[in-house]
Amino acid sequence: MTADAVTAEAPAGVPDGGGSLLLAAHRISKRFGGLVAVRAVDFDIPAGSIVSLIGPNGAGKTTFFNVIAGLSDPTEGSIDFDGQRVVARPRRTWAEPFFWFALPAVAFVLAAIVEAVSPSPLVEVLVVVAVLLLVVSLIVAVIRPTWYVDLLRRVGVFRSARPNDMVSLGIGRTFQNIRLFGNMTARENVEVGMHTRLSAGLLDAALRLPRHRREEVEAAEQAHRWLEYVGLAGRDEELARNLPYGDQRRLEIARALASQPKLLLLDEPTAGMNPVETSQMTALFGRIRRELGITILLIEHDMRVVMGVSDRVTVLDHGEKIAEGAPDVVRADPRVIEAYLGKGATA
Amino acid sequence: MSAANRGVPLTTGREFFGRHQSLSIVVAAAVVTTILPLVALVPPFSGFGNLDVWVGTFANAGVFVLLALGLNVVVGLAGLLDLGYAAFFAIGAYTMAYGNSAFTGLDVPFWVMLVVGALVAAIFGIFLGAPTLRLRGDYLAIVTLGFGEIVPVVFRNADTYTRGTNGITGIGQPSFYGLFGINGFGFTNQWPYYITIVVIIAIAMIFLYRLQDSRLGRAWVAIREDELAAASMGINTVTTKLLAFAIGASTSGFAGVFYAAKLSTIAPDSFGFTVSFTALAMVVLGGMGNIWGVSAGAFIIYELQTQGLKQLDSFVKSLHLAPIGPVDLNAINFINYQYLLYGLALVLMMLFRPEGLFPSRRRRQELREAEPLAGEDELVSGDPTGVA
Repeated sequence: MTADAVTAEAPAGVPDGGGSLLLAAHRISKRFGGLVAVRAVDFDIPAGSIVSLIGPNGAGKTTFFNVIAGLSDPTEGSIDFDGQRVVARPRRTWAEPFFWFALPAVAFVLAAIVEAVSPSPLVEVLVVVAVLLLVVSLIVAVIRPTWYVDLLRRVGVFRSARPNDMVSLGIGRTFQNIRLFGNMTARENVEVGMHTRLSAGLLDAALRLPRHRREEVEAAEQAHRWLEYVGLAGRDEELARNLPYGDQRRLEIARALASQPKLLLLDEPTAGMNPVETSQMTALFGRIRRELGITILLIEHDMRVVMGVSDRVTVLDHGEKIAEGAPDVVRADPRVIEAYLGKGATA
Repeated sequence: MSAANRGVPLTTGREFFGRHQSLSIVVAAAVVTTILPLVALVPPFSGFGNLDVWVGTFANAGVFVLLALGLNVVVGLAGLLDLGYAAFFAIGAYTMAYGNSAFTGLDVPFWVMLVVGALVAAIFGIFLGAPTLRLRGDYLAIVTLGFGEIVPVVFRNADTYTRGTNGITGIGQPSFYGLFGINGFGFTNQWPYYITIVVIIAIAMIFLYRLQDSRLGRAWVAIREDELAAASMGINTVTTKLLAFAIGASTSGFAGVFYAAKLSTIAPDSFGFTVSFTALAMVVLGGMGNIWGVSAGAFIIYELQTQGLKQLDSFVKSLHLAPIGPVDLNAINFINYQYLLYGLALVLMMLFRPEGLFPSRRRRQELREAEPLAGEDELVSGDPTGVA
């Protein structure tokens, strides 16, 4: 009831409405056995905003976050990103194997018919074709190219986007406990972040075609610019794990930015930082939104961090959304205070 | 690599290599090809056997160099522990046997079969890779071990199609078609085999170096470092891992085709677990992740194993040592103990030089300066440090 009241008072600065929604999560639920980690949460992210998801420890923030990042399928509900349904409970996945065998089966049946009518060399050709088709369709099924996924979707087989698909769509992320590629240099880390925006394949690299060489040079230059942007100029060739803690956090952000996301998911980006570093970090978020036009979803359990930068704050507790609205309004909400400090605090 | 060095004058060999990789590999291959036979003519080695014997072992060692190069992609770069690697070697060899022998009656030229064998091995690499994609570490090792055992067993027991334990004989010889005055390679002259395998190795090395320095190579290393983070950075871990399996398997397929053509007869017993194990030992001892390192490691281990142990044997016997108590060194056949010596070498290596004989830069840093990511320990202790 309170949540509804707060939602109604969305701040004027935040663009609201169907057209400009970058991400829309509808009634997301996630159950682990008997435990309901997230319960029917609706969550919209307007394009160009910084929104925050906060809540006490164990409130279901990271679970919700992982659903958005494509790491786990929701038990119920769906997510639209940029007007496209990308995450939902998988549908009719059992039907998929039939597609692998459909074409080869047709060829086999044809071979059998030809054999029955009048045996000819055509039979052997058809059998070979059938085997080749089987090999090809199994390889396609394993590799899952985009056209294959689209084809499946058209006939009603739906599988949620995987994390790498989400990156291609335009969602970049960082991790709560830093997960850099420790034994790669800072530059290489950022170049890995560019993976989906580079196109060189096996043959380009093996034959070192001009396209590949140009791309590599550009990637190195771009990586250098990203490192500069987050304040890591001149540390290109240092191993990621030798960087100080704060720089590793910055490198993670540079790596996520390199994938040119529309939406940046930051999972407790200031965890373990001192107040000075925290304020530098929040300033960086503001710049990212202002200069790059990237929408940001911030997950925090420390309420003070999000108050300064967020356009809107959503509070989760025990997997349910208990409040949503402008930072000041949320801070004053009795249910939020109760969730953070316990029941006695409201009295 | 090249981008980082831009604008710096050429000074070190490493930098020159960075810029002219392929040229360097070709030159190095040519130099090694000439030096090795010369070394074989120098006294301690010349006593071990005549030049032809040596060149023959060089060509055989080349097969293992190829195996180690391919396995290095799977284990060293992508970090997928593959214990059934000999299976692809077997598949390459049997492809050659089917394509060019009296058994099937086909007579496809060796050079075509090289490509076909590599492709067939790559397809099997993908098929093996597919079910193992969700597995990591020890679990992956067990499944690949199983696959490595299945393949020789199938070749042994499907007699109708493989002639079982007898194996397939009469496999066709490679031919230069009169080029350099050589038609069929034959059995006596080992030189054409030697030259051929060096050329194949050089080509494989050039390709592998290029792949390692590309978007794909970075993706492999990223998966080895942290698979979840790699996926969250947009790397399709499925295709990337499958490509590692396919590239590794196709290199092994080359080796198999060459091996079958050189021996002209193959049997399932030559593709057992010991081959997988030997290749893995070569990669680890040579220096995982370093293309030159694993090549040198494979060569050295092969020569030690075949020529070295044989010579150790006759060397010890020539000393006419008196038996010490129950131990009589003269009675020991050292070749029978090769895996004991292997095991010993591996244990010593892991204790004193875990990064291998010729480690890659990355690997050396990893093992010598092992310290966790800052986030891992500092978060736990709750003591944020490192002001930027």
